[in-house]
Amino acid sequence: MTNEKKMVWTKKDIIGLEYLSKEEIEHILYTASSFKEVTTRQIKKVPALRGKTVVNLFYEPSTRTRISFELAAKRLSADVINVAVEASSVRKGETLIDTGKNIEALKIDIIVVRHDCSGAPNILARSVKASVVNAGDGWHEHPTQALLDIFTLKSKLGRIQGLNVSIIGDIAHSRVARSNMWGLTKLGANVTVCAPKILIPEGIEKMGVKVTNDIDEAIRGADAINVLRMQLERDAAGVFPSKVDFFKQYGISEERLKKCKKDIVVMHPGPINRGVEMSSGVADGQNSVILEQVTNGIAVRMAVLYLAAHAKRQ
Amino acid sequence: MGSLSGWQYYIWQLTQRGSKKESMKYLIKNGRVIDPANKIDDILDMLISEGKVQRIEKGLPEGGCEIIDAKNLIISPGLVDMHAHLREPGREDEETVLTGTRAAIKGGFTSVACMPNTEPPLDNPAIVRSLNEIIEKNALANVFVVGAITEGRAGKRPTDFHKLKREHIVAVSDDGSSVEDDLVILEALRQAKEEGLLVIEHCEDTKISANGVMNQGFVATKLGLRGIPAGSEYERVKRNIELAKKESSAIHIAHVSAKESVELIRKAKKSGIKVTAETAPHYFSLTEECCASYDTNTKMNPPLRTKEDIEAIKMGLKDGTINCIATDHAPHTDNEKDVEFDFAPFGIIGLETCLSLSAMELVEKKIMSWSDLIIKMSVNPSKILGIKRGTLKKGAVADIAIIDPNKEYTYTKDSIESKSKNSPFINWVLKGKAVSVFVGGRLVMKDQELCS
Repeated sequence: MTNEKKMVWTKKDIIGLEYLSKEEIEHILYTASSFKEVTTRQIKKVPALRGKTVVNLFYEPSTRTRISFELAAKRLSADVINVAVEASSVRKGETLIDTGKNIEALKIDIIVVRHDCSGAPNILARSVKASVVNAGDGWHEHPTQALLDIFTLKSKLGRIQGLNVSIIGDIAHSRVARSNMWGLTKLGANVTVCAPKILIPEGIEKMGVKVTNDIDEAIRGADAINVLRMQLERDAAGVFPSKVDFFKQYGISEERLKKCKKDIVVMHPGPINRGVEMSSGVADGQNSVILEQVTNGIAVRMAVLYLAAHAKRQ
Repeated sequence: MGSLSGWQYYIWQLTQRGSKKESMKYLIKNGRVIDPANKIDDILDMLISEGKVQRIEKGLPEGGCEIIDAKNLIISPGLVDMHAHLREPGREDEETVLTGTRAAIKGGFTSVACMPNTEPPLDNPAIVRSLNEIIEKNALANVFVVGAITEGRAGKRPTDFHKLKREHIVAVSDDGSSVEDDLVILEALRQAKEEGLLVIEHCEDTKISANGVMNQGFVATKLGLRGIPAGSEYERVKRNIELAKKESSAIHIAHVSAKESVELIRKAKKSGIKVTAETAPHYFSLTEECCASYDTNTKMNPPLRTKEDIEAIKMGLKDGTINCIATDHAPHTDNEKDVEFDFAPFGIIGLETCLSLSAMELVEKKIMSWSDLIIKMSVNPSKILGIKRGTLKKGAVADIAIIDPNKEYTYTKDSIESKSKNSPFINWVLKGKAVSVFVGGRLVMKDQELCS
């Protein structure tokens, strides 16, 4: 992650990895690595965003992502305001665009938005002059999660190019999966997605990934696996496999892990359903980097906030 | 006029205005008259008076007439849109009969069939009569009312077709919704046949479309939006064709968007089933790719589909499988559309862009001739609705669109006559445009300017 060329950052918004080039993704990772060093200091704070204000506008409940963004902004010396849907006028009839414009009228520099509708950050970004950072929208993208996954993977294995990475679980409803697919394929990894048929969305192979319903095929030869959370709350129709069945067929157990490369990297974006996507033994085992992902999330989000705030606007 | 009180004077003025205009004589000179119903395509002069086409000949004398120079222009029977939402009564914030017919005239349409999904819906004679009074008073173009198939458009109890027919409805439809229950649609087909009414079906199996917001496929997957499979349309097309066959009755399929539907209709026609169909310009001009910006003006039902679907629709138009091009003009305010994609209502306006888009996609790209296009946009819809329009023969009602096939223009938001501006074509450069329009012998648009 050294030897990185200086890059002029021009994107005011970070909405998704689909919209970033390979070079831009690499630049975020490079910037994150220097912020990572900051988070290990005794005084974990730099004045990079002093005088800037960040609003966390969350239309969907989230603890870990919100805290991570808040911490990232604070470590950059920005002022942070958290707006949760319940505590605002949002669902009382104010539209997303009006809310955005009101926040902007308060002279806010960055809006970090999480929304249950895909595309909400795209709509917000073109309606306001403030920077918009996507903290997850519907089933669309969760760019900072994918960036921190990739950052973690790269710091473990030293590269992304040529790695075999399998994404396992509820692909259909996962914004984490989509952002990871965009990011990993742009950086040259070989990506496989694996899930029961009902959780594989139509046309996903056109994203340049291999699709399989066979877990053993997905983990065999993989350098890393990213295991997604079963979003049982999405299963209104009741057609998902049961938890027990899912674990039997797709769950990552110690036995299954034995069939994998010895130094396979096991990731999970959290929160884990222990005993559904993976066993506790795997989650807490030596291949797991799950808590490192959480730590790296702060550095990655510092990089994203920093770059968005300092974007050279065209 | 001193003896007339205020309102009497107003009415006198109105009668004077009307009679004066209709008593005007117009001579349209040197235009290319395309009247496919009478197999005419020639440079001719046309004399209009008393609301009718009086003479169509070469070199008519100019005396006593207002002359309209139509050199290099096409003189077409006024266009007929068999599928528009004028929103009156109930949603006058989106559109009214007045604004909707202004938009129609601007687009070359002299007749519009308006759909019954108003608030309240057009499901009883009283509401149809009151709408007809509004039309009588405010409409610039002819407006033909489509009544609801079922009470409240709820898909349960059929409305009284006989009484609705007495209020001059031309067809029945629950458009916006499909009639779910086979027995209900069968009963509707039976009664419609007795009354000589056309049944127009919005084909959508909501068990398949569920809460989808765009076409199902890679683009929806990429965008994380819920998909609407093509099957939600063609499965319902299939059912409707079967039921029409069983009842030996006619059925008209609204807004065809999927290639499978085209094929089903083609086969049904070959086997002699009385099925007719329409599509709308967006289904042969845009693909699902347009949704990638989450622009809610690309959200419509049925949804924009794929390149293959566009090709199939074009072929269906070419070989006669699809009889008509309609607008499915569906006005929604900016307030309603400026929201998240999931929350926005379906639909776009189309009256002012339909002719240009059709000319560009079909005539310019050599899929059909101007004469064929006029068949799709005037002759066929008139025939299917059973209205005496779509012809320019001597004695016909003088509903005429004068079209400049070479007119290029930028379709700007400011130029839109419709009360709503929900169009994905804003700022597109379009080609082919109605420049002057007659309705019943009255010149309602001259040189692109509406006359009132």
